[in-house]
Amino acid sequence: MNTGPLVRQISRRQWWLGASRYRRYMVRELTSLFIGAFAFALIVGLWRLSQGAQAFSAWLDAMHSPAGLAFNGIALAAALYHSVTWFNVAPKAISVRIGTFKLPDSIISGAHYAGWLLVSILVLYLVRV
Amino acid sequence: MSRETIELVVFRYNPETDCEPAYQRYQIPYHHDWLVLDALNYVKDHLDRSLSYRWSCHMAVCGSCGMMINGEPTLTCKAFVRDYADSIRIEPLANFPVERDLIVNQDDFMSKLASVKPYIIDTDDVPLSEGEELQTPAELAVFDQYTGCINCLLCYSACPQYSLSADFIGPAALTLAHRYNIDSRDDGFRQREERVGSDDGVWQCSFVGACSEVCPKGVDPAAAIQQGKITSAAHYFKKHLMPWSDS
Amino acid sequence: MQMVSTDIAIVGAGGAGLRAAIAAAEHNPSLRIALISKVYPMRSHTVAAEGGAAGVIKAGDSLDDHFNDTVAGGDWLSDQDAVELFVETAPKELTQMERWGCPWSRQEDGHVAVRPFGGMKMERTWFATDKTGFHLLHTLFQTSLKYPPIQRFDEYYCIDLVVIDGRCEGVVALEMRTGKLILFQAPAVIIATGGAGRIFPFTTNGAANTGDGMALAYRRGVPLKDMEFVQYHPTGLPGTGILITEAARGEGGILVNKDGYRYLQDYDLGPPDPWPRKKAMELGPRDRLSQAFWQEQQKGRTVAWPSGDVVHLDLRHLGEKKIDARLPLVRELSSTYENVDPVREPIPVRPVVHYTMGGIDTDINTATPLSGLFAAGECACVSINGANRLGSNSLTEILVFGARAGRAAAEYRAGNDDRPKESELRRQATKPRSRIANLMQGDGKEQVSVLRREMNTAMESGAGIYRSEDSLQSTCETLEALCRRYANLELQDKSNVYNTDLIQALELGAMLDVARTIAVSALGRTESRGSHQRLDHVERDDGNFLTHSMARFQEGNEPQLKYKPVTITKSQPAQRVYGGAAK
Repeated sequence: MNTGPLVRQISRRQWWLGASRYRRYMVRELTSLFIGAFAFALIVGLWRLSQGAQAFSAWLDAMHSPAGLAFNGIALAAALYHSVTWFNVAPKAISVRIGTFKLPDSIISGAHYAGWLLVSILVLYLVRV
Repeated sequence: MSRETIELVVFRYNPETDCEPAYQRYQIPYHHDWLVLDALNYVKDHLDRSLSYRWSCHMAVCGSCGMMINGEPTLTCKAFVRDYADSIRIEPLANFPVERDLIVNQDDFMSKLASVKPYIIDTDDVPLSEGEELQTPAELAVFDQYTGCINCLLCYSACPQYSLSADFIGPAALTLAHRYNIDSRDDGFRQREERVGSDDGVWQCSFVGACSEVCPKGVDPAAAIQQGKITSAAHYFKKHLMPWSDS
Repeated sequence: MQMVSTDIAIVGAGGAGLRAAIAAAEHNPSLRIALISKVYPMRSHTVAAEGGAAGVIKAGDSLDDHFNDTVAGGDWLSDQDAVELFVETAPKELTQMERWGCPWSRQEDGHVAVRPFGGMKMERTWFATDKTGFHLLHTLFQTSLKYPPIQRFDEYYCIDLVVIDGRCEGVVALEMRTGKLILFQAPAVIIATGGAGRIFPFTTNGAANTGDGMALAYRRGVPLKDMEFVQYHPTGLPGTGILITEAARGEGGILVNKDGYRYLQDYDLGPPDPWPRKKAMELGPRDRLSQAFWQEQQKGRTVAWPSGDVVHLDLRHLGEKKIDARLPLVRELSSTYENVDPVREPIPVRPVVHYTMGGIDTDINTATPLSGLFAAGECACVSINGANRLGSNSLTEILVFGARAGRAAAEYRAGNDDRPKESELRRQATKPRSRIANLMQGDGKEQVSVLRREMNTAMESGAGIYRSEDSLQSTCETLEALCRRYANLELQDKSNVYNTDLIQALELGAMLDVARTIAVSALGRTESRGSHQRLDHVERDDGNFLTHSMARFQEGNEPQLKYKPVTITKSQPAQRVYGGAAK
């Protein structure tokens, strides 16, 4: 008898439950759904705006309802989580060298955070005035 | 804490006698300075000569003894028993077919490695008599980290993409392709790109990053692959937007 | 029995085997080359070499200096024609490795950097940090993938050579994955299986270094040359025997005893300069340094460590930056396996069996006395290393003589077109088949691991750094008894797929045969030379022993010992001088 090499099947649905690093990865990927949903809500808002003041204010009301606020809160948390985890791995994709000196990962990540901060300030400024 | 014995729970499979794998328990003496590999060698020499596994250098450089220790891909010659609880579960590397006990089949990796042409492709044929090709420490530093791969395959074992898609070239082979692509002496990018930039190459990586977490030599395959994606994308756009260019 | 027909069969896929395969493929791309190894190529023990590879490249250095250092380092037992060829070819081979992508460490101007090494007058050791063997092996392996003629047979254990009418015509190997025997028909065979350090209990060598190739040739009548010369590397980690490279001393590391005293100055190696002086102190040759440790231990001046007596290798003055740039592996190994960070504490070290200078007798073209059989690398004895190898000559040796073996085998193949009859080939394969069957069916009481341990103990106690007639005699007797008991082996594992019990039994058989040649040759050499030190014959005796020992196999008996003169071309034997007086 020789049954040959043993191929251990993995579950195509549940593989990510196997290790915490896979679960963390799946959470990161899932956050993009909320970011997508928020973007969709924003597009709806624009569409409503094109329909007139009343339509837009109905959309604003919906956004201010408890469900709307909860959705916004979740989407914001998801966006933060996604951005932070993404910025933290960004140094893997970007390797900057000056001679034999390699720019430390913290600088690359830091530059991302700085850029984020700048853009946020800019947006806040535009929105305020 | 003083421990006198510990237990190894070892995955056993012999294709000539077993239809299913089973776990076998061994009680062995505890030594503070023992590696998990030493514990396995104790089993082999004193308790059960039928246990099969690979090992050689005992110093984390030959890459033979990768196994799953408590579910984590690990070199058993770099893991001390003192760092584990009293029972240690040892299984063959995940994502590879098991030939026997703790020995997996590595053919897939060997052929994938060969397929990315992991060697210098130098188009100008300078005779050897002209001496070495110059390469500054800065040029060396660009790829040096990626030369450190010992082909232990822990990264394949940790990679969910590889477990789901058998065609994925995988972390170590892609890292070595990148290592040659960015070597100042090499002109082989375009030849490798056919394979590296294909559907089975860098674009299958979904950047879980597990490969870099388990790498025992700090090679960081995830970084090599992400950088490979950037060069691959740049090459794609250059080829299509500037067809007259020579890249 | 399945038969594979090839032109050249190479046994062993480490540095020498891979280099041979590439050389043969380049010499004649139409050849079929079978590269057969019991481990995957990148697992071969070349991978563990650290410090570097010697080859003259810098201004001010000369081939003559490399020659003289090597010959004096080998205590004039090297064959000088081979050494001349070796030093001359070395730079070309190292440059070839550069072209194939080896990440040699560089100077600022882009030229390859070199570092000092023990017993070498000049900086001539090329290095890739302290992972030189690893990089050479992987560069060779990856480059070998470029050559279609090279067909690999990974995890095949060679059991026997096929010899017909006094010619080697192939090998018989066990496919470990299936347990099947495969007959490789090959008019030229190269053995490149590395060393046999596993005969000893405390060694830098990996589990694979069991002298298989030496035993293959030896059992077919090829003499093993200079087997009494076993190198102890002076700096291994005490618990594991893991190598701490000589480059640590080349970069400026110092050795001190329990009083913090640089004891090497007491052994004709001074003066103790604060900087690394070539051929002095910590940069003396390995045999002298290991012997000095033993003397210190006798005087009670070593440091007691949980796993045995040690001295301290102190690198702290080099600073973190230099240690990380030049010796990253030393730091990693010492931190992982001894829990000692060399940036902050001295590393505990002691001598450890490292290298077999002796091996399969070959001529300068790597040909053995058996027609069609070639050998290169640590398993072979050309001999360039004589009674003591200089650090960083062995990595170069596997390249220089590996390439030579590949070309020699290809040329030999070209001149030999007549093939033996298949029936004759198959008849030859019956002997290894019955050997396996006997082992598998054996129902004696002996265990592989028990015999191996007893062999290890006997070798360390009788044939270690210092030897005597009594100690060697007793080791010879123990080994003889172990050989008898080997016939009563019982394997617990009777299966075919990856039967590592069987493989270990075969390896033990090889080690026992090789161990006997070491002990018997050491007993016969009643002088002290290089790494062979006799407490009862403390002087070198050129009158009687400026000769190679040749141990020949005799079925069921001790090896027969003969001697062969050393080839001397331009360096007459003289006093070995190290320390301040060295030139």
